[in-house]
Order: sequence, then structure tokens, then C-alpha cells
Amino acid sequence: MASSLDKNTELWRQVAVAAPYLWLLIFFLAPFAIILKISLADPILAQPPYTPSFDSDGSPTFTLGNYAFLLSDKLYAVTYLRSVLMALVTTTLCLLLGFPMAYGIARSSPSTRSLLLLLIVLPFWISFLLRVYAWMGLMSNYGTINNFLIWTGLIDQPLTIMYTDFATAVGLTYSYLPFMILPLYASLERMDIDLVEAAQDLGASRARAFWDITWPLAKPGTIAGCLLVFIPAMGEYVTPYLLGGPDSLFIGRVLFDEFFNNRDWPLASAVAVVLLLILIVPIIFLQRAQARDQETVA
Amino acid sequence: MKAQSRFILTVLAFGYAFLYIPLASVVFYSFNASRLATVWGGFSTRWYGALFENQQVLDALYLSLKIAITSATLATILGTMSGFVLARFGRFKGRTLLSGMVTSPMVMPEVITGLSLLLLFVSLQQLIGWPGQRGFSTITIAHTTFSLAYVAIIVQSRLIAMDESLEEAAMDLGGRPLRVVFDITLPLIAPAMIAGWLLSFTLSLDDLVIASFVSGPGSTTLPMYIFSKVKLGVSPDINALASIIIAVVSIGVALAWLVTRRSAKH
Repeated sequence: MASSLDKNTELWRQVAVAAPYLWLLIFFLAPFAIILKISLADPILAQPPYTPSFDSDGSPTFTLGNYAFLLSDKLYAVTYLRSVLMALVTTTLCLLLGFPMAYGIARSSPSTRSLLLLLIVLPFWISFLLRVYAWMGLMSNYGTINNFLIWTGLIDQPLTIMYTDFATAVGLTYSYLPFMILPLYASLERMDIDLVEAAQDLGASRARAFWDITWPLAKPGTIAGCLLVFIPAMGEYVTPYLLGGPDSLFIGRVLFDEFFNNRDWPLASAVAVVLLLILIVPIIFLQRAQARDQETVA
Repeated sequence: MKAQSRFILTVLAFGYAFLYIPLASVVFYSFNASRLATVWGGFSTRWYGALFENQQVLDALYLSLKIAITSATLATILGTMSGFVLARFGRFKGRTLLSGMVTSPMVMPEVITGLSLLLLFVSLQQLIGWPGQRGFSTITIAHTTFSLAYVAIIVQSRLIAMDESLEEAAMDLGGRPLRVVFDITLPLIAPAMIAGWLLSFTLSLDDLVIASFVSGPGSTTLPMYIFSKVKLGVSPDINALASIIIAVVSIGVALAWLVTRRSAKH
């Protein structure tokens, strides 16, 4: 076929490769090199507020001071750990709720199925910020939940729901639930339900049929779903800010505040580099899983 | 088909209630006459009226729409190219890097993307004097970069799922490769491109964190305006704004669903 490629076509081929390549090199890859560079600088009162990489005599000025500070200050270690923990709790809640939902959707009749799926995707198209905001109205001291509970007489003083870790976990679960359900549904939908029924007819218990048939088939979807929830939840800024209150320690918030409030760009960059190092393993894992999935579809 | 177990039905009911009660609650309170956002003071549409007289909201909406349309269009062009290259060009040098760069922005935490792009813009300004002012152009570039990934994935999966034989037949019949792309491939992947454009448009309208990093003084997008208000707590005019957005999105999605269902039946 190569013979039929005229010069014009070859030119277009190169444009098609080069345009997205250049764009992503400049606006995606290069910025990471810059973050790394600035994380090795010292903060100064200037514009921009960090020391240049080389002195006036050309000698490099790199310092590991920001990383040493991150390691020595317990606050940062605690914040990273808490973010990992909250992301894990969110992932677990999404899985516990999302798995039976995806299973139920995959097993319903085709016409109901498309409506049920639509209703899962719909909140995703509505602003993320507004969905978190909706929970503020529900959970505040004089919000809908407390008003309802007081009205039923179950309680006579409003419960403190807002500005707790519980509120943050609920908000995160709410925001990321569709990310869990969609990949789970995709792998459960391919499953032949007759297999489960045949196993049960042959005397396998429900639990046995689940572990031997449903679970192995659902595993790729489960892994993809968990990673798609865990990775972005780790770096969340908006949800912990609005629902977790001023004291909720989340690494995304610390980065944001370090940058905007303290104007310590090098330290913020170091916080970002460490966050990326924590996330690099799950991200590579996810890309492998997705590449494998694309191959099986083809 | 066996009937669903009671457990599954209960979880489904709970799950959908969980997804929709917060939205219903916002819409309900948007018609509340009381200034106290969660105390019912009678039915009123005053907050909707107040919204259309609020110049800040209208300016922010205008800027957000301008950015969303521009970045969705750019992302669709670049994303379609990437998806096409990844699906049809086989193995070439640098393919792994390209596919890694295409998918990574989708999962990168927003704070990292935002910070890294701002640092890039600041460095570029020092080096070449551009961008002189951060705002429309820098936010558009940032949104294009992460939306491109979604378009590329959608187009790529569509191309992989699509039979290559139509394109090959056209080639065999003497069609020039470029003609084949424009006459056969593009019309076939048009639905994927439209879906990608709409998704990019929505993602751009939705973004708060990245825009907060890369915008400059005087450039406030709609999410940035909303965030600055809801930081202080629940407010009735934001309820009205949220309800309008919920209504527009629901109608749009319902229409799209009906259209695709009808075309699937034919």
C-alpha cells in the first residue's frame, strides 16, 4: 500500500502525528520538568518567587531543602497518609455501592438498561462543583437532613454532619460513583448470565457461583473502577474544602494553600512531585489495564 | 431472564436516591422565597430574576462559554488526530510516549495539572514574553490539553471497533488515501467526534481548579464565581443557577438519548 501514498498524503500523515505530539510535549510533558526544576529552588521575594537554577557565575543552585522540609515536618506526612486513607475509604464505599448497582443494571432488560445507564451518566454532565454544593444544603446544621430528622421527632438538636470527615467521604463517594459503575458495568455486561445459572443448577451455592464465575469476569472492571476513583480522589481540593471544613487536611488543599496563600512556589512544587510519586504506580497500573482492555475489544 | 434479587433491587433504589435527592433538593430550594437558603418561606422565582440582573454572573458565563467552545473545538481536532494515529498507524517510533501522554491528563490530579501549567506559562513569559496576560488564552490551552485525551480515547475505540474493510475497499478501488480519510473514515467517526466535542465542552464548563491556577486578574469563569460564593455557605441565587444548569443538562441528555434510540431502531 506504501506505493499508493503520494507526497501529499505523506505530508498529512506527518501533520497528524506531529500536531498532537507537539501540543502534548509543550503543554503536558514540559510542565512536569518545570515543576521538578522549581521544586529544587529556594523561595525568594521576587517575581517569579523562586531562585534561578544557575548563579550569575553559572554554577547550579539546586537544593533538596524543600524535600528535607517535607520529610521533617510531621504535618505533611500526616496529610499524605490521611489523603491516602480518605481515598481508600471513598474507593471502598464506591465499590460496595457500585458493584451491586452495576450488576443490577447489567442484568436488567435492554430497554430499562439504557435508561438506568443514562441516569448514572447524567449527574456526570452536571457541574462537579454544583453536585458538591448540593450536599452543603443537605448536610448543614439547618439543612434538609437535619430539618427532616427534627420534623420526624427523632432528634431535637441538629446533628453536626457538615465539616467532618464523614461529610467529605460522602461527597467524594457521590462525585466518583459513576467512575466506578461504568467500567464495572462494561465488564459485567459481557458476562453470560447463563453460566451463573448453570453453576447454580449444578448445585453450586450462590457464594460459590459468585466467586468462581462472576468475580473473575468482573475483575478487570473492578480494578479499572477502583483506580479511576482512587487516583483523582487523592488530589481532591473542592470536596474537602466545601464539606470537610477549614481544618480538613487534604494534600490537594495543602498544595493549593502553599501556592496561593503562602506563595511558596518551590514547596508547592515539591508537594506536587511527592504526590505524583505516590500516584505513579496506580497510574501505570491503570494504563496497562486500559491497554489490555483495548486489545481484547479489538 | 431471572427476576432481580431483592438485595439488588434495594441497592439500586438506594443508589439512585443517593444520586438524585441532592439535586432535587437544590431545585426545590431554588423556589424558596426566604433569603435563608434552607428555611422554607413560600414559593417564589425571585432568585431567577436576580440572576439575570447580576452582571458578574453574565460576564463569567460569557467567558466560560467562549473558553468551552474554543477549547472543545481545538481538542476535537487534536484528539481526533491522536485517536486516528493511535488506531490506524500501527507501530511507529514514539507511539508509546504519545499514547502515554494522551491518557495521562485524564487521571492526573487537577492540582498538579493546574500548578504545572501555570509554572509553564510563567517560565514562557520570562523566556519569550508570551503569554503577557493570563486569562482566556491560558485557560483555553489548559482545557484543550485535558479534553484532548477524552476525544482521543473515544475516537480511538470507535476506530478499533470499526471494520477497516470499508476503508480498504475504497483504497482498492483506487481512492487516494487522503480522499478515503475524508470521504469514508471521517463520516464514520463523526458521532464519536460529536460525543468528544460535547464531553470536552462540558469538562471545560465544569473546571474550577485548573482555571483557578492559570487565570489572571480580571478573568473569572463561572465555576470560579460560584466557588467564591459557595465558600461562604449555601446561597439562594446559586440554587437558582444550579437549577438552570440541571434543567439544561437534563433536557440535552434526554434529547440525545431519544435521538440515538430512534436511530438505533432504524
